[in-house]
Amino acid sequence: MSSDYEFSDDDGDYYDDEEMLDGTQEDDMDMDAFGEDFKVVPKGKHKAYEVEYDSLSQAAVEKLMKQDVDHICGIFGVDVSTANLLLRYIKWNKERLIEKYMDNPTTMLVAAGVIVPEASSQPAPAPIRTHSSTSSGFHIPKSLKPKVEEPFVCPICFDDDTSIQTLALDCEHTFCFGCWTAYVNSKIRDEGEHSIRCMAEGCALVAPDPFIRSILIPEPGAPKTWDRFQELLVRQFVACNNDLKFCPYPSCTNTVSCPSASSKASLATVVPTVSCGALREHMFCFGCPIESDHRPVVCGVARMWLKKCRDDSETANWIKSNTKECTNCQSTIEKNGGCNHMTCKKCKHEFCWVCMGPWSEHGTAWYSCNRFDEKTGVDARDAQSKSRASLERYLHYYNRWANHEQSAKLSLDLYAKTEKKMEDMQITSALTWIEVQFMKKAVEEVDKCRMTLKWTYAMAYYLAKGNQKDLFEDNQRDLEKAVEDLSELLESPIEAENIPTLRQQVTNKTVYVQKRNEIVLEDTANGFVEGRWKWNITVEGFDDPESD
Amino acid sequence: MASISARRLAKELREIQGEGCPVGISLLKADDFATWWFSIEVMGESLYQNEAYTLQFRFDSQYPISSPAVQFVVTDGKQAPIHPHVYSNGHICASILGNEWSPVLSVVAVCVTLQSMLASCKKKERPTDNDRYVRTAPENPKKVRCHLPKSVSSANSFPDTIPL
Repeated sequence: MSSDYEFSDDDGDYYDDEEMLDGTQEDDMDMDAFGEDFKVVPKGKHKAYEVEYDSLSQAAVEKLMKQDVDHICGIFGVDVSTANLLLRYIKWNKERLIEKYMDNPTTMLVAAGVIVPEASSQPAPAPIRTHSSTSSGFHIPKSLKPKVEEPFVCPICFDDDTSIQTLALDCEHTFCFGCWTAYVNSKIRDEGEHSIRCMAEGCALVAPDPFIRSILIPEPGAPKTWDRFQELLVRQFVACNNDLKFCPYPSCTNTVSCPSASSKASLATVVPTVSCGALREHMFCFGCPIESDHRPVVCGVARMWLKKCRDDSETANWIKSNTKECTNCQSTIEKNGGCNHMTCKKCKHEFCWVCMGPWSEHGTAWYSCNRFDEKTGVDARDAQSKSRASLERYLHYYNRWANHEQSAKLSLDLYAKTEKKMEDMQITSALTWIEVQFMKKAVEEVDKCRMTLKWTYAMAYYLAKGNQKDLFEDNQRDLEKAVEDLSELLESPIEAENIPTLRQQVTNKTVYVQKRNEIVLEDTANGFVEGRWKWNITVEGFDDPESD
Repeated sequence: MASISARRLAKELREIQGEGCPVGISLLKADDFATWWFSIEVMGESLYQNEAYTLQFRFDSQYPISSPAVQFVVTDGKQAPIHPHVYSNGHICASILGNEWSPVLSVVAVCVTLQSMLASCKKKERPTDNDRYVRTAPENPKKVRCHLPKSVSSANSFPDTIPL
């Protein structure tokens, strides 16, 4: 393993002595300067458990959209807003749009709400709005000009004031400015709708962007609504593109591009944990809806486990402590009172609750059972324990999973406590702020490893028995041991004379824990690529479990 | 916005009181601009002959930009018509009440559409998912984010999509 580490002496090392293992990493996603000191990664090579991805700002996605729009403008000779409406309608599938449009441009334009159909009572305007009308490529509908020639009553608010400003799309369905404003605002704000149709009943014309802009701009809250509109457009584009995924964190507008995890098949070999780059916590899985890092286990298994836990965990605990199974038909039975003479409601089997043996052998010993060792009783309990075994097995994994989850939740407290300790250390010893950072780093590392550990239990639960599983669990055990040791060290009281030793120990342990974590992640990821992992249950994208 | 809603409903009410409603529809109660009730009956030959139902309209301040909440009344011994788009709790599955609502539609227009929805029914039956829906449905039908099939749309609508 030593070849994997690099001892660097040329970059800004925060530690005054050289006891630290110092690896540098070429990962532009890492925003934590201190992180550099602890990373134990070969330089210039992607780790096996990481996917390549890009983080895009909203502006960057808008640029991508513009490329598509420009492409369509160039091919069809239409203006920007027409190209936009066409692309939004066809869900940004450019190839399909080109095919359909070449086939019948009018049908496409009608379907996308760009023009009114020929057969309508209104004489249709020119079938295609060409971009030659304005040099900027934007077409401002002539109907934007207020009309005041005839007495007008808005069919929505019945305002007939002669001074009201009116607006209509090319379909000439005219409404007052106030109603349009209320309508567009309500569509964008309340309904999150990016395609805003004419207000007239049954009219399928869609308002082009300059029209929406002209309505929103005089509004007091307009920049917000207009921004929201832009965001909705970006979201639609992202949703239509398999290579892209919107950051699921509230009010974050970043997008992640990860082509290597865009297909369902790829999710059997990679765990695409990505970060949108906006904040450290904005980490999520590109391949499934889990909003955290579920490495090392693949999406399919992680989802299965979460579902099982949602359905089972509490119930399973209760069943385990309150019920037994009928030794004849395995129905689960709760004894909520009465004597030990049980009659199964389902199969009418009579047995003793205490020894689980058949009641027929009990004679008249109704309220006490002293037959625990009789052969029939032992057999019955054997059957019982077999059916319990699967429940026990599940709870074994679940409890460990839940334990790590709980510890991870408590890590906030641990952070606070550690900060306090770091302050104390600066006071009681000669260490500087920079020099006590090892504590914080250790806490972060423990936190990270608990995440890994948590998911290794989900994985182990579904792994088929065999050497591979044994190896997996060996790695898991080593990591767990290392993490618990470090945790204990962090909790230990600080005495001034011990600080140098403690620092030495914590630093060493942190590096070790990190190494163990790398091994688990790396080996598991490689295992997926090599197809080493076999499951005891059918998992999408994997071979069915061998029946042996 | 409240003023638009009030002005618009005042105007609609004036028209209803002045010109009356189409045959088979009558205003039962409209004391404020929040809730109105109509009686609706299918005229001529249909599965619902001689059956009268009560429709409830609830308006928010966004009306007519946002659609009214419309449902059949199922309290006080009243029943919802048995129809494939009407749930037993009175909720109605009609596209014009959801994504095809247009601010130019009026209360009377909705009544007429629902009347013709009943008139054109071929078989009296509840929606297939009635039980499940009724168990989980919120009190206000507008809070249901559903799956509105293009079941009942107005007569002169354009074919708004072409198959992709």
